[in-house]
Amino acid sequence: MNGTEQPVSAASRAGSLSRRRMLAGAAGLAGAAVSERAHADSLADVPARGPGASLSGMSERSSFVHISRIPESTPGKRNVDPSAAINAKAPLDKLVGTITPADFHYERSHSGVPDIDPAQHRVLVHGMVDKEIVLTMDDIRSMPTTSRVAFLECTGNGWENWKSAPPDVTVQNTHGLVSTNEWTGVPLSFLINLVGVSRKSTWMLAEGGDGSAVARSIPLTDEIIAEGMLAYGQNGEPLRPAHGFPLRLFLPGFEGNLNIKWLRRLKFGDQPFMTRWETARYTQLQADGRARQFQLKQDVNSVITTPSGMMQIRKGYHRISGLAWSGHGRITRVEVSTDGARTWRDTQISLPALPKAQTRFEIDWDWDGTPTKIVSRSTDDKGNMQPDRDTFIAMTGTNALFHYNAQQTWAIAADGAVRNVLA
Amino acid sequence: MSWLNATALGCAAAALLATDVAAAEFGRPATRDEIALWNIDVRPDGTGLPPGSGTAARGQQVFEENCVACHGERGQGGIADRLTGGQGTLASDHPVKTVGSYWPYATSLFDYVRRAMPYPAPQTLSDDDYYAVVAYILNLNEIVASDTVLDRARLPAIKMPNRNGFWPDPEFKLIRNSRQP
Repeated sequence: MNGTEQPVSAASRAGSLSRRRMLAGAAGLAGAAVSERAHADSLADVPARGPGASLSGMSERSSFVHISRIPESTPGKRNVDPSAAINAKAPLDKLVGTITPADFHYERSHSGVPDIDPAQHRVLVHGMVDKEIVLTMDDIRSMPTTSRVAFLECTGNGWENWKSAPPDVTVQNTHGLVSTNEWTGVPLSFLINLVGVSRKSTWMLAEGGDGSAVARSIPLTDEIIAEGMLAYGQNGEPLRPAHGFPLRLFLPGFEGNLNIKWLRRLKFGDQPFMTRWETARYTQLQADGRARQFQLKQDVNSVITTPSGMMQIRKGYHRISGLAWSGHGRITRVEVSTDGARTWRDTQISLPALPKAQTRFEIDWDWDGTPTKIVSRSTDDKGNMQPDRDTFIAMTGTNALFHYNAQQTWAIAADGAVRNVLA
Repeated sequence: MSWLNATALGCAAAALLATDVAAAEFGRPATRDEIALWNIDVRPDGTGLPPGSGTAARGQQVFEENCVACHGERGQGGIADRLTGGQGTLASDHPVKTVGSYWPYATSLFDYVRRAMPYPAPQTLSDDDYYAVVAYILNLNEIVASDTVLDRARLPAIKMPNRNGFWPDPEFKLIRNSRQP
């Protein structure tokens, strides 16, 4: 069966799948990610065992697994030439569990991915401090460390659906700008004590070593001081260049672009520095024409990843599965509606549901074959509940571009086609 | 050993560890010259602006040599962000966010253009040319006259059209933490 299958890119996959293969693919949890479901009708047909390939320095994914990120330039411009891409979206529909493999972690880079020699990397810490210092990576790696599993999310996540719902998109398109990794590094509080940051300092400028020298003002709240870190590790290995090698700021729960990659300068001050990114770029235009500024927390969110956009399902049993997360804390409840948000059922949350980390939810569903809509909504331990789209748009308007966290609805047609809709 | 002694020993060990980390040397002092080399941020009050000056006339030349390929003639129609126009559109269905319609501070424009542009070779123009090209972009947006000389005194005094168009989230308007006196 597999012999005639040529590996296809994720891009052409959605368009070219035969109906039969889509049916087969949607039957398994990660079905869409695996090139073919076994169709051996008899155990006698299963290929015989034998010696396998040689062991190697780095294990590769199975040749039967086809998963990749989607480079994108602006909303609706997908599968662009990599040189024109500004982000790459994580394949949420093809991943299981809650931890994102480092090479599938979503990416947003403002001036490409610099190739930095850690031996030549330096971090300048200055401003309202007792000791202005220059640190090497050896210095940083010899400091006390902490590790934490947490999500990271681009503020642009969900931007496909602000004004209309493109019907031909997957959950990777609509929600692929969020991922969860274990991050390892030096607690920000250690550095603050090390250099003797003035007690009057209230903001810290963090600046990257990329071509555009991305810089953001970070408010020195107790939460950020307690939870922030200078991270050099990601899922147990050094950061990938796409994620800031050799060093990045990591602030659990805060908008992605605050987590400055390729970190090379921290300057302590007593007011925000008003960089381009916190004025002209990552500010949210409201319906009245004014913009919210320093909307820094990623609000409570969730999305059903199976079944989701562009999948094809059959009448009968389904295990609905998805991800929920909140920059405010721990996910305590995820509800799913299979009748277009009329009635809701509690889902099972996979433990441990960590604070500020993606949490997996699942629920059984027997589809009777009539057209319907499925939707999820999450609640965190601070009591924040994910808003429905109408409420959200009434509060925000449709021009904000960033910080979209309205409930995601998937419509299911009589033929089992799953499509993106607004509500 | 009594539990009291064990606790005391434990505390002593913890204190010793803390002392060791605090006393350890990490890094080296930064020199004044190297800080000046990297200290490129410019705040709205003008702190951080370098000496130098420029006008829109010179800025047009700088723009045509370094910016027009991506940003288009007169800052419109290129592959990169549109820089001009859009005033009065922010509350419409199709807001056009540009330097003229959206940016609240002229100082942020200088900061950004100097740190990040020209895209293939950021921070390579002279400060005079950065002042000049900022003057040109502001002039295209009818914010300064074509003969206005921009420098570290005049730039922070410019009031951008959308200066009052932003409201910070209450949580981050006034920063409080338990380190404060």
